Amino acid sequence: MEVIQNVVCPFCGCCCDDIEVTIDSGKITGVKNACAIGMTKFLHYGDERNSSPMVRKNGELFKTTFDMAVEKTVEILTNAKYPILYGWSSTSCEAQKVGVELAEEVGGVIDNTSSVCHGPSIEAVQDIGESTCTFGEVKHRADLVVYWGCNPVQAHMRHLLRYSASCVGKFRKGRADRIIVVVDVRNSSTAKLADHFIQIEPNQDYEFISALRMAIRMEEIEQDSVAGVPVEKIEELADILIGCQFGIIFFGLGLTMSAGKNRNIDAALSLVRDLNSRTKFLIMPMRGHFNVTGANKVSAWQTGYPFAVDFSQGYPRYNPGDTSVIDILNRGECDAALIVASDPVAHFPQQAVKTLASIPVIVIDPHLNATSLLAEVVIPSAFVGIEAEGIVYRMDGVPLILKKLVEPSNGIHSDEAILRMILTQIRKRRG
Amino acid sequence: MKLLIRNGFVFDPQNGIDGEKMDIAIQDGRIVESVNPSEAVTIDASNMIVMPGGVDLHSHIAGAKVNAGRLLRPEDHYKDVEIKTSITRSGVGHSIPSTFTTGYRYARMGYTTVFEPATAPLKTLHTHEELNDIPILDKACFPLFGNNWIVMEYLKENRVEECAAYIAWMLNAVKGYAIKIVNPGGVEAWGWGKGIKSLDDQVPYFEITPREIIRGLCKVNKLLNLPHPIHVHCNNLGKPGNYRTTIETMDCISDLATDDKPIIHVTHVQFTGYGGVDWASLASGADKIAKYVNAHRHVTLDLGQIIFTDTTTMTADGPFQYQLYLLTGNKWINSDVEAETGAGVVPMRYRRNNYVHAVMWAIGLELALLVKDPWRVFMTTDHPNGGPFTAYPRVISWLMSREVRRKILAKVPRLARVRTNLSAIDREYTFYEIAIVTRAGTAKILGLKNKGHLGIGADADIAIYNINPNEVDPSKDYKKVRRAFRNAAYTIKDGEIIAKDGEIIKVPNGRTYWSKPEVRADLMDAMKAILVKKFEDYYTVKLENYYIPERCLVQSNPINVKASL
Amino acid sequence: MPKLKVVLITGRSIGQGQGKEYGKFSEKYKENVAVCEIDSSDLTKIGITSGQHVKVTTYHGSVVVKGVKSTQEPHPGIIFIPCGPWANAVICPKTHGTGMPSLKGIPAEIEPAPEEKVLGLRELVTQTLREG
Repeated sequence: MEVIQNVVCPFCGCCCDDIEVTIDSGKITGVKNACAIGMTKFLHYGDERNSSPMVRKNGELFKTTFDMAVEKTVEILTNAKYPILYGWSSTSCEAQKVGVELAEEVGGVIDNTSSVCHGPSIEAVQDIGESTCTFGEVKHRADLVVYWGCNPVQAHMRHLLRYSASCVGKFRKGRADRIIVVVDVRNSSTAKLADHFIQIEPNQDYEFISALRMAIRMEEIEQDSVAGVPVEKIEELADILIGCQFGIIFFGLGLTMSAGKNRNIDAALSLVRDLNSRTKFLIMPMRGHFNVTGANKVSAWQTGYPFAVDFSQGYPRYNPGDTSVIDILNRGECDAALIVASDPVAHFPQQAVKTLASIPVIVIDPHLNATSLLAEVVIPSAFVGIEAEGIVYRMDGVPLILKKLVEPSNGIHSDEAILRMILTQIRKRRG
Repeated sequence: MKLLIRNGFVFDPQNGIDGEKMDIAIQDGRIVESVNPSEAVTIDASNMIVMPGGVDLHSHIAGAKVNAGRLLRPEDHYKDVEIKTSITRSGVGHSIPSTFTTGYRYARMGYTTVFEPATAPLKTLHTHEELNDIPILDKACFPLFGNNWIVMEYLKENRVEECAAYIAWMLNAVKGYAIKIVNPGGVEAWGWGKGIKSLDDQVPYFEITPREIIRGLCKVNKLLNLPHPIHVHCNNLGKPGNYRTTIETMDCISDLATDDKPIIHVTHVQFTGYGGVDWASLASGADKIAKYVNAHRHVTLDLGQIIFTDTTTMTADGPFQYQLYLLTGNKWINSDVEAETGAGVVPMRYRRNNYVHAVMWAIGLELALLVKDPWRVFMTTDHPNGGPFTAYPRVISWLMSREVRRKILAKVPRLARVRTNLSAIDREYTFYEIAIVTRAGTAKILGLKNKGHLGIGADADIAIYNINPNEVDPSKDYKKVRRAFRNAAYTIKDGEIIAKDGEIIKVPNGRTYWSKPEVRADLMDAMKAILVKKFEDYYTVKLENYYIPERCLVQSNPINVKASL
Repeated sequence: MPKLKVVLITGRSIGQGQGKEYGKFSEKYKENVAVCEIDSSDLTKIGITSGQHVKVTTYHGSVVVKGVKSTQEPHPGIIFIPCGPWANAVICPKTHGTGMPSLKGIPAEIEPAPEEKVLGLRELVTQTLREG
């Protein structure tokens, strides 16, 4: 039996790096410090695993050899004129790099899940900029933490404990030293822990933030309420924001996915920028997958753009709404898809799923998932952070190394290795 | 592989060679006495200049803030692209090129070594990931220490030896090369939205002053015998009247100099060389700084020359970037890093018809022309802060031609001419001096023994420029100079031709250098015992996960140094 | 059958996060993701109790899921379906030039569907494709 300390959790963007994993006879038998979801991942990574590559014949998936699956993949990608390479947020930076190279080689589009997650946040940063920090700054200095349109108690379960509300820093000794504010459309689990909860009406964030910016500038709001919130309450919130020594807003998909999308984030970033003329204020998106931040970073340093990168002209082009994967699928433009560490059939709107069903799809994933139901080729891969090592970026941009804890089953390779083989074969075929 | 460069005009200042016609022989990546011409690939360099490969000691090419700049500015990339070839990767970028493009563009100009001068230790794995993806060049990065909590605590208690042990541990942990100091104390104050105004202001809650931080780290640097002196970005950067702070910074450690060796490198001095009291009265302070440097052997500096173009400013100096945002109204990124430092990014366009920008432009050139010893002033644009590194050929032509300087001066606002000294300066750099400020001098101050010269045993990193110094008068033919330096006729790295007339023909990986000081074991143990506790309190990652394994560097090249501890 | 106009939001939940780690075809996943969290007052309005099936209809489609009493109430007029294939059967594919479909704040209607079955993942995908 072996206990491995300081394991980095491969679930959400918190990338908690204090996990203790017990291994017995090559199996994970115990996990300490992880949240309920992280625990499930470590203990059940082996459930419902697919151990064999598969290709589709006469409408059915049949088991095949690894080499045959790679060959079929190579054939699909080399024959495609405009393939999409999508996913990438639940794998390592090493795999993401090969992905970019592969996309460039086949002249396709590489997009990651931030496209349907915090893509609008990135677009807003490109308009406004952002005032942000690493988690430790919050731990040491923050006396005000605002959670906006996110529910960390359900989705980033140790966020409050490790990085914000309750953690002990140099200048703040815990929960009693901080004010917690939650803004949401529901009285969420997180809201129930807050000192102040502001319940706003759905699709009204932009209006609400605009009113708040007015209140901060001491301008008069000529209405009784905005987004269902009485003006007095908005003014009270403005006073709380101005009155802190160090404040931060953590925001979630409540802002990016509802009406206004990137414009909501524009407003939130501007609010924080305004607040810096009064006190110290920062903002950070709550990133979902453990390495979606890494996907943006790798893509940015290799291509200049954080997602939705189109190589069809031989150089990187970027225009979300045009080169982003949902739009390409909605328009039915692509003629093949490579899906790595993601399940678009489970998470894309139906119109996009229908396009996926009409083209050859290759799925590289540790699990069989909804997308493998309609795939031409399925290649099982190792779980990075459990069965393979790899670099990831925490949501605040801190890089960490995921450990390899156990050996994958025979014949199961990492995403990086699989992609490298595909790339090598494509180059070989092209001479 | 053997290579013979025949008949070039060789400029090798470290060996005192000033344009002599000679052959350079190369074998197995090193410069050798001679090779058998029948076995060697021969390059006919008659009518060409042969120099060591360019060595840039201060260029922001990799890491979190550079990438934040890339992400922030798609508009910077749209019109400037590199198309994939059979051996090169595609990319983008005017002021913040993508990683592959960065390597190609430096190599085309005959540069073979470039150092990233600012990395937050906590995010240095990111910096190495990008350095790994910059092909061809040899590289290194400087971790930031000027606002590090543990450093400030040690220095407050005057525990310089333990502080040195800590920094030795850090350089090894994050694979860093030298000690970088940015706005000492000021970035920590910015953690609270505040700033530091003088060398003797107290850092909030830390009871230490910038003067004490600089002095302490200078002592640490000497104890560790690091290859490069402390690399300092002064307090009050970007503020009118700041030349005084710059001179005070240089002077605050003058008593620590024991021999002729420089003990402080002050970087991008253009940004800290301002006279006047506000923007309306802004004037050049370059003459005063140059006067100090000319009288004191312990200082080197680099320019941070600005270029009239659209670029992206980025520094660890968070409070300065906020001020720049307030001044310009441009979009603004701020990114504070726990217990260590901060960073900011703001796009910027320098305009020739803007009086402030014209003064800035003149200050950089004045520094280069007024500091008498070219071994102590180096050419940089503080890429991309003053302008992209691709503008180096332009800067070279300005240094070499009074005529082109005057042409530009005639077009800037009159007040900018009056408030600067540039129009009165006649000095013109020679090719020999250009070789010093772009490679020989920079390699020397970085402590790179095998670089910046063409002596026997040196790395065969060589640039050949298509220009005949006997026929071209750089003073008049500055356009020819510019053209020649833009695309080297040949760039040779480790004995292999990797670029020819602007075309990349080979793409090897470069090395990443880092310093590995050897410190007495008992001192290290004592320091580590304290570090374990402090680390748990100060960071949100575990000590084990902070340490960067050597396997994360594509081609790791540690430099062993024996500390005086 | 009483129908009620509501606003649909989707998002993560602990059960969805855990379910996905058990595997997309696991019972745990379906149990946690093929659900619609409804405010108690709205349950009363359409006359069902927690655990009964409801049909959610938007401009973009309809889906049958298990209606449950919300743990995040009060939020009358708002329903929540965890992100996943059941939610995506009814969300809005338009990205408005951002790349991001509309996954929150979608006008919807709910009604009791005691007779109708909650489809499994396979059947759901097959149905989607058949409709195409």
